[in-house]
Amino acid sequence: MGGWADRRMGKKREQPAADDLFGDGRGAGSRDEGERSAPGTRPAYSVTELALALKAAVEGATGQVWVKGEVIDIKTYQAGHWYFTIRDQESQLRCVIWRTYAQRLRTPPPEGAEVYLLATPTVWGQRGELRLSGVTMLPTSGVGLQQLAFERTREVLERDGLLDPLRKRALPPFPRAIAVVTSADGVVIHDIVTVARRRWPATRILLVAARVQGDDAVDELVRALGTVNRLAGIDLCVLARGGGARDDLLAFNAEPVCRALAAVTVPTISAVGHETDITLADLVADLRAATPSAAALMALPDRAEVARHLAALASRLGGGLRGRTRVLSERLARAGDRARRSIEGRVEERRRRWEGLARTLDALSPLAVLGRGYALARLADGTVLRRRSQAPAGTPFELRVSDGDISARTE
Amino acid sequence: MTLDPLSADLKRLEEIVRLLERDDVDLDQALGLFEEGVRHLKSAKERLTEAEGRVERVLEDASGVLRLTELDG
Repeated sequence: MGGWADRRMGKKREQPAADDLFGDGRGAGSRDEGERSAPGTRPAYSVTELALALKAAVEGATGQVWVKGEVIDIKTYQAGHWYFTIRDQESQLRCVIWRTYAQRLRTPPPEGAEVYLLATPTVWGQRGELRLSGVTMLPTSGVGLQQLAFERTREVLERDGLLDPLRKRALPPFPRAIAVVTSADGVVIHDIVTVARRRWPATRILLVAARVQGDDAVDELVRALGTVNRLAGIDLCVLARGGGARDDLLAFNAEPVCRALAAVTVPTISAVGHETDITLADLVADLRAATPSAAALMALPDRAEVARHLAALASRLGGGLRGRTRVLSERLARAGDRARRSIEGRVEERRRRWEGLARTLDALSPLAVLGRGYALARLADGTVLRRRSQAPAGTPFELRVSDGDISARTE
Repeated sequence: MTLDPLSADLKRLEEIVRLLERDDVDLDQALGLFEEGVRHLKSAKERLTEAEGRVERVLEDASGVLRLTELDG
């Protein structure tokens, strides 16, 4: 605190008495105090200067801390701020929770409730009061150390931007390989494989096993998530766990696991297996699924649906070409003479083939379609024969069919 | 971000179909587009019917080398 005050005072005083500001007066007698000196031995502060110095001192003393106590005299104001006092048997402190934070808490605690308050002590100069400026509070009833630890970790992750919605990545549309971090017991991986076989069987699934509960769970999960980054060709990572007791979720609220999950280089889905309790890993992951099966459902497209889409595209592809050839034959029909009829006949034949082809395109495999083929008239230089003027009688041209070219000549 | 091959096939197919359905594409272009479209259709259908992917477990030995063993799906 001395350092902060020194800097502020130093600017205003001709002869800063820095080491004496809050000191013991050792240097007082030997110093010229200057014009603004108070009647005693020390330079005078303005009230604001002193209030600011105290504010800095108080804020620096503990920083943000959790404090446990009873809430009394709570007043909520129109603007959304909450004012109250927190106390225990011997002491009490005035508190404020500004609107931004109060909104997140929604309902003020009942009078007399015992709470944990996360707050920074500060000095409010305008009122000359010491205040705790709170950001969140939790009722102590039913709140264990776990929840406290959960809130602490959440604060830290939020501060570091790991919970930022803008961080969320889109899932790949057709993942070729998925890494699944889960226990080796096989239940979760079985559920995921079952869904994968139904929806998108070609996807490769790699199990990276880790214990998901117990003392080793955090270390093993961190290690497994690190391993995912060393695997080549992975498009997606699922962090999953079967159902279980609430205590079993501890590892998924652990800061190292959350950080390791955030560091996975491919998009992530958490499937920690609880409908009601959201873990911190759920918040860090790009997407949250209620169960491992649901994660597989989100991760993989439905093959039948993609097949229908492809069939529709095939049908439109054929229809598109049919439209083009009709335009051509109409144009030729207007030209009118003997050579025309010869070419037209061929064009008409081609058109019919294309139409048939286009109609059956979606029912056939593309390979068979190519095998069935179509003929295309091209001149020696490769241009498509499309106008009578291109082919006076005797012009040689190539009819291209599926397995090669047929030489021809106009009559 | 580069597209995976199937997404790329579908995207190009959709472009081709849209072009073919317009009136200002001449026959040369239309034929070329059609042929290209059929290639993408074939490639997409092949991906759709690819064999089942393997299910494997990743193991790490003492020196940190990763190795895969087949699991029963």
